[in-house]
Amino acid sequence: MSKVNNNVPLEYSTEENNLKIFGFWVFLGAEIMLFGTLFASYFTLVDRTGSGPTGAEIFEITPVLIETFVLLTSSFTIGLAIHAMRLGSKKATINFMVITLLLGAVFLSVEIYEFYHYVHVGAGLTVSAFTSILLTTLGTHGLHVTMGLFWGALLVYQIAKRGLNSVTAGKTFIFSLYWHFLDVVWIFIFSFIYLKGMM
Amino acid sequence: MKEFFAQFAIPHPSLLIYIAMASIVLGTIALVAVVTYFKLWGYLWREWITTVDHKKIGIMYLITALVMLFRGGVDAVMLRMQLAVPDNTFLDAQHYNEVFTTHGVVMILFMAMPFITFFFNFLVPLQIGARDVAFPRLNNLAFWLFFMGMGLFNISFVIGGSPDAGWTSYFPLAGNEFSTSVGTNYYMLSLQIAGLGTLMTGINFITTIMKMRAPGMTLFKMPMFTWSALIANLIIVFAFPVLTVALAMGTMDRLFDTKFFSIGNGGMDMLWANLFWVWGHPEVYILILPAFGIFSEVISTFARRNLYGYTSMVWSMVVISVFSFAVWTHHFFTMGQGALTNSIFSITTMAIAIPTGVKIFNWLFTLYKGKIEMTTPMLYAMHFIPLFTLGGVTGVMLAMSAADYQYHNTMFLVAHFHNVIIPGVVYAMLAGLTFYWPKMFGFMLNEKIGKATVWVMSTGFVLSFIPMYITGLDGQARRMYTYSDATGFSLLNMVSFIGAGIMTVSFLMIVWNIWYSFKNSPRNISSDPWNARGLEWATHTPIPNYNFAITPDVTDATSEAFWDSKKNGTKLFKGKIEDIHMPNNSGQPFVMAVAFFILGFAFVFSMWYLAIVGLIVILGCMAFRSLEDDHGYHIHAHEVEETEKKYAKKGGAK
Ligand code: HEM
Ligand SMILES: [Cu+2]
Repeated sequence: MSKVNNNVPLEYSTEENNLKIFGFWVFLGAEIMLFGTLFASYFTLVDRTGSGPTGAEIFEITPVLIETFVLLTSSFTIGLAIHAMRLGSKKATINFMVITLLLGAVFLSVEIYEFYHYVHVGAGLTVSAFTSILLTTLGTHGLHVTMGLFWGALLVYQIAKRGLNSVTAGKTFIFSLYWHFLDVVWIFIFSFIYLKGMM
Repeated sequence: MKEFFAQFAIPHPSLLIYIAMASIVLGTIALVAVVTYFKLWGYLWREWITTVDHKKIGIMYLITALVMLFRGGVDAVMLRMQLAVPDNTFLDAQHYNEVFTTHGVVMILFMAMPFITFFFNFLVPLQIGARDVAFPRLNNLAFWLFFMGMGLFNISFVIGGSPDAGWTSYFPLAGNEFSTSVGTNYYMLSLQIAGLGTLMTGINFITTIMKMRAPGMTLFKMPMFTWSALIANLIIVFAFPVLTVALAMGTMDRLFDTKFFSIGNGGMDMLWANLFWVWGHPEVYILILPAFGIFSEVISTFARRNLYGYTSMVWSMVVISVFSFAVWTHHFFTMGQGALTNSIFSITTMAIAIPTGVKIFNWLFTLYKGKIEMTTPMLYAMHFIPLFTLGGVTGVMLAMSAADYQYHNTMFLVAHFHNVIIPGVVYAMLAGLTFYWPKMFGFMLNEKIGKATVWVMSTGFVLSFIPMYITGLDGQARRMYTYSDATGFSLLNMVSFIGAGIMTVSFLMIVWNIWYSFKNSPRNISSDPWNARGLEWATHTPIPNYNFAITPDVTDATSEAFWDSKKNGTKLFKGKIEDIHMPNNSGQPFVMAVAFFILGFAFVFSMWYLAIVGLIVILGCMAFRSLEDDHGYHIHAHEVEETEKKYAKKGGAK
C-alpha cells in the first residue's frame, strides 16, 4: 500500500500510517481506562491509611512542582518537534526531541528522589492500602515515562539515520500523542492526588 | 538444590493428578515424535507459527478453543461425578475447589474467548471485503500471548498446584493467608498475559472494521456479525484494562505484600470484587454479542430472507454494550451494600432484558416470514431461542435483589448462567463452526450426525441443568463438594450427572463427525454450498492468501452483498487485477510471547533472575521491532491472474 498522498502532513501520507494513528488512539482509550481504574482505586483507598501516614503528612510540594514544571514544558517541546517535522527540518526535530527526552529524564530523577523520600519517612509500598495505591499509581505513570524515554531515544536514532520520511514521521507523531497523554495523566495526578491531598 | 525443586512440587497430589501428569508427558513425547518423524517442524514454523494470515491465525484460535473445550469438559464431568451421589469421596474438598476453579477459568477465558476470537479473525476481514486485518503482525503476537497465558495456566496443576479460589478469585480467600500454594499466582499472571493479547485483538479489530471496509460499505451496511464484532471489541478495549489493574494489584498483594485487598492496614477486599466484576460483567457480553452475530447470519441464511429489523438489531447491541458496564454489583447484592445501591443495580440489570428481547423478537419475525430450511446450524439456532429465553428469565429472577438473598450462591445461579452461556455462546460457536467449516476446509460436515448431535446435546443440557434450578431453590449451595442424603438432593443430582454424561456423548459426536466427514465427504463442493448471503462467501474455497483478487465494491449492494449479486446481478468486482501488497511472516512475536511465558513463570515462583532474563528479551524484541525495516512484499498481478485461472478451471462459484 504505497499510495502516497502529498496533500496532507507527512505522518498521514500513507494508508499504513493512517491505520497506525487510528489504532494508537484506540490504545489511548484503553490507557484512559487503565489510569481511570487506578484513580478510582486511589479514591477508594485514600483514607484507608491503617497504621501508616496520610498523604498530608508525607507530600512535599517542591519536588512535585519541579516534576509538574518539567513535564509540562516537555509537552510543549514535543509539540515544537512535531511543528519542526511538518516544516521538514530534520535538525530542529531532533533537537526538540532530545530536549523533550532530557526533560523527561529530569522528571524521572525527581520522581525517584520522591520515592526514596516516601520510603525514608515510612511510607513504603507495603505500609498500608493508601501507600500501596499511591506508589502504584505514581509508579505506573513513571513506568510509562521510562518506556517513553527508551522509545523516544530509538526514534531520535532513526530520524538521525534515515531522515524524515513517512515511516519516521508517523512514528514520531504517534510518540508525541503518547507523550501528551502522559502529561494529561500527570495533571490529574497533580490536582487530585497532590493538591487535594495537601489541602 | 533440593529446595529449588521442592517449590515446584504439587501441594495436594492425588492419583488423578498423577494420571494427568503421565498423560501430559506421554502426549508431549508422542506429539514431538510425530512432528519430527514427518519432518513437520519447518512447515509448522513457516506456515503457522510465524504466519500473519488472519485465516490461519483464526484456525489456531479454533484449535486452542476445541482442545480447551475438552480440558474444561473433563473438569465438568468430574464435578458432576463427585456430586452424583451423597457423601461421595471421589474428590476431596481441596481437589473439588481446584477443579471448579480451573473449569470456570478455562471455559470462559480459554475456550469461549478464543472461540469468538477465531470468528473475529476468520470472518471479519472477509465480511468487510478486506485483504487482512489492520495490524497483521500484532495479530500474530496477540495470538501467541493468549496462547502462552493459556499454557501457563494449564501447567499449574502439574507444577506447583492449581488455583483454588474460584474463577472470581475473591480476596481474602485468594490472599496468601488462605491460598497458600502458588496456584493463585498462576491465575493472576496467566490471565494477565492472555488479557494483554486480548486487548491487542480489540485494538486491531476496531481499527480494521473502522478503517478497512470495502468501498461503499457504510457502517449500516455491515453484516450483522461484523457489527457484533465491532461492539464486542469496543467492550474489550474498555473492560480489559480494568482487569489488568485488578490482576496487577492482586499479584502485588501476593508477591510483594502490598495491602490492597488485605484485611488489615486499610486493605479492602470489596475493591477486588468491584474491579473484577466491572470487567467480568462486560466480559459475558463480549462473549454473547458475537454469538448473537453468528445466529443472525445463520438464521437469515436458512430462513432464506434478510434479517428482520436490521437497524434495531444494531441499536439493541449498542444499548446492551453501554448497559453492560452499569450492572456489575448485581454479583454481590448480598454482601452488604445497602438497599439503594441494590435497587439501582437491580433495575439496570433488568433493563438489559429489553434490548435482548428486541433481538429475540427480530429473529422470530425473520423466521415467521421466511422459508425455513432445517440444516444443522439452523437446528442449533432453533434450540438456542427457547433455551436462552429460559436463561434470560431466570436472570431477571436473579436480578431482583431482595429475592437474590434466597438463591445467591446456590445451584440456581449455576443453572442460570449455564443456561445463557451454553445455548447462547456454545451453541452459536458450534453452529458457526458447522456453517463455516466448508469455507475453511473445503468439505461439508455430515448433516445426519450434525443434527443428531444437536438433539443429544439439548437433551443432555436439559437433564443436567434444569434439576439444578430445583435443588438451588431448595438451598443446595454452589461450590460445596458434598452433601448428605438427608437433604433430598440425591436423585436430582444423579439426573444431572446423567445429563452431563449425555452432553459428553454429544461432544464426542462432533469429533466423530469431523473424522467421518474428513474421510467420506465429497471435495468438489462449490465455494457457496449453503447458498449464503454475505461477502465472505464470494471468495474461493480454499481462500487464497490475498482473499479477494479485486477488492469488492458494495456501493450498489445491501448488507448482504453476495446475495444481491446472485439475485439482482449487482456487480461486486469492478476494475482489473493489480499488484497486491502483503505483509511478511515473522518469528519475532512468537519469541516475544515465549519471553512473556518465562516472565510469568518466573513471577509465579518469585525467581527474579529468570524474570529479568524474560524482561530483557521482551524489551529487546520491542527495540528490534522499532528499528526493523519491513516493507512486506508484492504479489504481482500476473501471479494473481494465474491463481484465479486455476480456480476457474476447478469450477465453482467465484
Ligand atoms: C438477561 C440477561 C442476564 C441477566 C438479567 C443476568 C443476571 C445475573 C445476575 C443477577 C447474576 C448474579 C447472581 C448471584 O450472585 O446470585 C448473574 C451471574 C452470572 N451471569 Fe448472568 N445475567 C444475564 C445474562 C448473562 C449472560 C449472557 C452470561 C454469559 C454469557 C451470563 C453469565 C453469568 C455468570 C458467569 C454468572 C456467575 C457469577 C458468579 O460466579 O457469581 N449472564 N447473572
Ligand atoms: Cu453480571
